Amino acid sequence: MAGLATQFGSGAMTNSIGDFKDSACLLSIGANTTEAHPVIGFEMKQAVKRGAKLIVINPRKVGLVRHADLWLRPKSGTNVPLIMAMCRVILENGWHDEAFMAARCENLEAFKESLEQYDLESVSRITGVPAEDIKAAACMYAKNTPAAISYAMGICEFSHGTDGVMAVGNLAMLTGNIGKPGAGVNPLRGQNNVQGACDMGALPTTYPGYQSVTDPVSQAKFALAWGKTSGLKPGITLSEMFDAACDGRIKAMYIIGENPMLSDPNLAHIEKALRSLDFLVVQDIFQTETTALAHVVLPGASFAEKDGTFTNTERRVQRVRKAIEPVSGSRPDWLVTCQIAQKMGAQGFDYKGPYDIMNEINRLSPSWGGITYERLDACGSLQWPCPTVEHPGTPILHTHVFTRGRGKFMPLDYFPPFEMPDDEFPFLLDTGRALFHYHTGTMTRRVGGLNRFMNEEKLQINPADAQNLDIRDGDMLSIASRRGKVTARAKITDVTPAGTVYMTFHFRETPSNLLTSPGRDVVTATPEYKACAVKVEKVKVEKLKSGGEG
Amino acid sequence: MAQTVKFTIDGKQVTSTEGTTVLEAALSAGIFIPNLCFHPDLEPYGGCRMCIVEIQGMRGMPTSCTIKVAEGMIVKTFGPEIDKTRRDALQLLLANHPTDCLACVKNQRCELQKVAAYMGVTERTMQRTARPQAVDESNPFFKLDRNYCILCARCTRTCNEITCVNAIDLVSRGDETRVSLFQDQQFMESICRSCGECVARCPVGALVSKNTVIPSSEVLTTCCYCAVGCSMYLGVRDGKIVSVRGNSEGKSNKGKLCVKGRFGIAEFVTHPDRLTSPLVKGENGQVQASWDDALQIVADRFKTYSPDEIAVVASARTTNEDVYAVQKLARAVLGTNNVDNCARL
Ligand code: SF4
Ligand code: SF4
Ligand code: FES
Repeated sequence: MAGLATQFGSGAMTNSIGDFKDSACLLSIGANTTEAHPVIGFEMKQAVKRGAKLIVINPRKVGLVRHADLWLRPKSGTNVPLIMAMCRVILENGWHDEAFMAARCENLEAFKESLEQYDLESVSRITGVPAEDIKAAACMYAKNTPAAISYAMGICEFSHGTDGVMAVGNLAMLTGNIGKPGAGVNPLRGQNNVQGACDMGALPTTYPGYQSVTDPVSQAKFALAWGKTSGLKPGITLSEMFDAACDGRIKAMYIIGENPMLSDPNLAHIEKALRSLDFLVVQDIFQTETTALAHVVLPGASFAEKDGTFTNTERRVQRVRKAIEPVSGSRPDWLVTCQIAQKMGAQGFDYKGPYDIMNEINRLSPSWGGITYERLDACGSLQWPCPTVEHPGTPILHTHVFTRGRGKFMPLDYFPPFEMPDDEFPFLLDTGRALFHYHTGTMTRRVGGLNRFMNEEKLQINPADAQNLDIRDGDMLSIASRRGKVTARAKITDVTPAGTVYMTFHFRETPSNLLTSPGRDVVTATPEYKACAVKVEKVKVEKLKSGGEG
Repeated sequence: MAQTVKFTIDGKQVTSTEGTTVLEAALSAGIFIPNLCFHPDLEPYGGCRMCIVEIQGMRGMPTSCTIKVAEGMIVKTFGPEIDKTRRDALQLLLANHPTDCLACVKNQRCELQKVAAYMGVTERTMQRTARPQAVDESNPFFKLDRNYCILCARCTRTCNEITCVNAIDLVSRGDETRVSLFQDQQFMESICRSCGECVARCPVGALVSKNTVIPSSEVLTTCCYCAVGCSMYLGVRDGKIVSVRGNSEGKSNKGKLCVKGRFGIAEFVTHPDRLTSPLVKGENGQVQASWDDALQIVADRFKTYSPDEIAVVASARTTNEDVYAVQKLARAVLGTNNVDNCARL
């Protein structure tokens, strides 16, 4: 979430889930909340029922559209011009919050200048959204305060996803929708503990608590606490790791609980990377496409078999408690990691349990100073920053000042997605999640009942496109990009716009990431899952030659 | 802050806050009033008439679940007339309800049983009137047996007020009233998202989980799927997870769950496919190894790489403590900042 970190000083959700009930307007961008975050979906729909306005910006006719006052359906990858045009309309009509901008923000002039390119006419042409709708959305968002923006991967997973996020940040600052109940900019994270994994320093650039690895003071602090630590040079990102493995710079990898052989873009490249490794250790609870390539596989314990904490999308830290003993032969992940460290002769890994680890986190990560097990057990949850044991936690960020001081308006230019459809590959492929499965399906596909709802990948295609290609519902299709080919049955639906087809990435039999693009966000290296060019063809059923005939 | 309101119930001084219903105020003051269609998460409904009371200055017997408390209000929760009216209403429900409590999965946990027991009703006084009604077993996780339904509308109100899916509704009037899906579809053909919120609120054995096992203990934890982080109780029995229930105190979900959290956990956790031994790749592929051997191999090999040659991928699904340990291993032991997670994914 590099965009918000640049503008506000923190990339996390500014407000809380419970805040949506106080919003006068909800703006949902590139999110399929009713499928990917169902319980937040309930909350948003309830707010609408009580009278809040709902604006949905999404090329797909997602579940929330049914409840929306206004639905903008931009072409994929055109969020930046669309949102910047809304900013311009707001400024031109004087619907902005002058006092907030003057008191709390900076860089307004450069931002205003960059708005010049976003006149309604050009933006309407680029996005395919009628000018009146852009204007109506700007008006609705600006005039119903407090207004809360929520967004998900549909904004980030483009080669210029960081720009999309910053456009959203601009819009919120312009209208003073930061630092108050019912307002804010709320990225809805994907996996259960993505927020926590980042908080804990599983990032190439930061120690726990977002303390920079390039800062000598942090380095000294951790060297003192741990006896030894890494250098001042930032590490490489996940995508770069695979590149480096391919060309031999990275020789060994330790992968925990992830299945990049299905979840990551451009699978052929990932497979090559993993096969090139000299030594691969994978820790997981089930065999996956990735464990299959490992030199050593270590069985981890599931969440129900260990103690610990998760941090949800609203920065809320909650306890995970051991309900049953680890399945025979498996061990909690922290224990496995510590045992490796100890076998390597390292000190400081003799924790008696997760409780001890949390004590160390409290000491070394200032924003987590007061998040102790004792308090979590007593009050259920705490939202960081929570620096001391007296601190009540922080439901809303940036209330008086931005984490970075002043909020920074960002001038933005529009760049189309890395790979656009052409004559040979005329469709845009979008990938995402479905309600009944999770990630690469290692867990949910082992639940019989969930498979009854969805047990195979289907390619969603718009009725108009289906008609042009003479495709009927259920026809077997081949979907090919410049990188690979998969087959799936057709599901004809107007949920997906004409020109765009859609698949999930839950099914190993149909690894949609064989197709996805090598494009990555220029800042965060987030893969461009949301756009790659494909062609779609009916698979010709060869006439079966049976022995009796001919 | 809501204003406090002082009033009396059965001669007892009760303090409550403005906007609270008489029923809720009584219950939280420790005064029981029988009720069936009331649910704290739902808007007042006033359907079952079990909660009727007398309020000085008000005509008739209003339902306490729909009346808001007022300063100086004088409420009486019992009396011969109240008792008779409640009994008549209850007898009507019982006349439409099966008698085989022992064969019902809700036995002992049924609110109709509890109300009948409280009122001392042990037999039916009305002729059984029910005709057999359709049972919908299409959903893999729960079923709707309309023969047990008391038409309290908790499920349909849940689907309307809580989840806003509006898959179910009460249709027809009088004897023909029933819980129904659009065009009399079955659950699996309908727009139902299978969250089970209705099941969680049904007071009787009408909407029930197909796999009901009563746990011997419950453990409060957090869902392992998406980043909403729903707070939930895992029910345990004989070393296995047998039930999942939303925690109404949970700040992010206030008791609600979706289909994955409610119905998608027990089966994968102890699935026979779980990895139960370390595996080490040899000439003939991966073979089982002891923990000690496997860990030793990993430790020995890791030692041979320079910080720039090794990379660690932590999991966005494991706990904070798991992640902390692994980034510490990367930095303090392997000496590298090459550590990342799938946050971008
Ligand atoms: S199914 Fe249950 S919750 Fe729904 S109306 Fe009938 S008794 Fe009430
Ligand atoms: S119950 Fe559903 S909405 Fe809640 S955390 Fe689990 S997957 Fe997410
Ligand atoms: S509980 Fe009041 S009418 Fe049913």
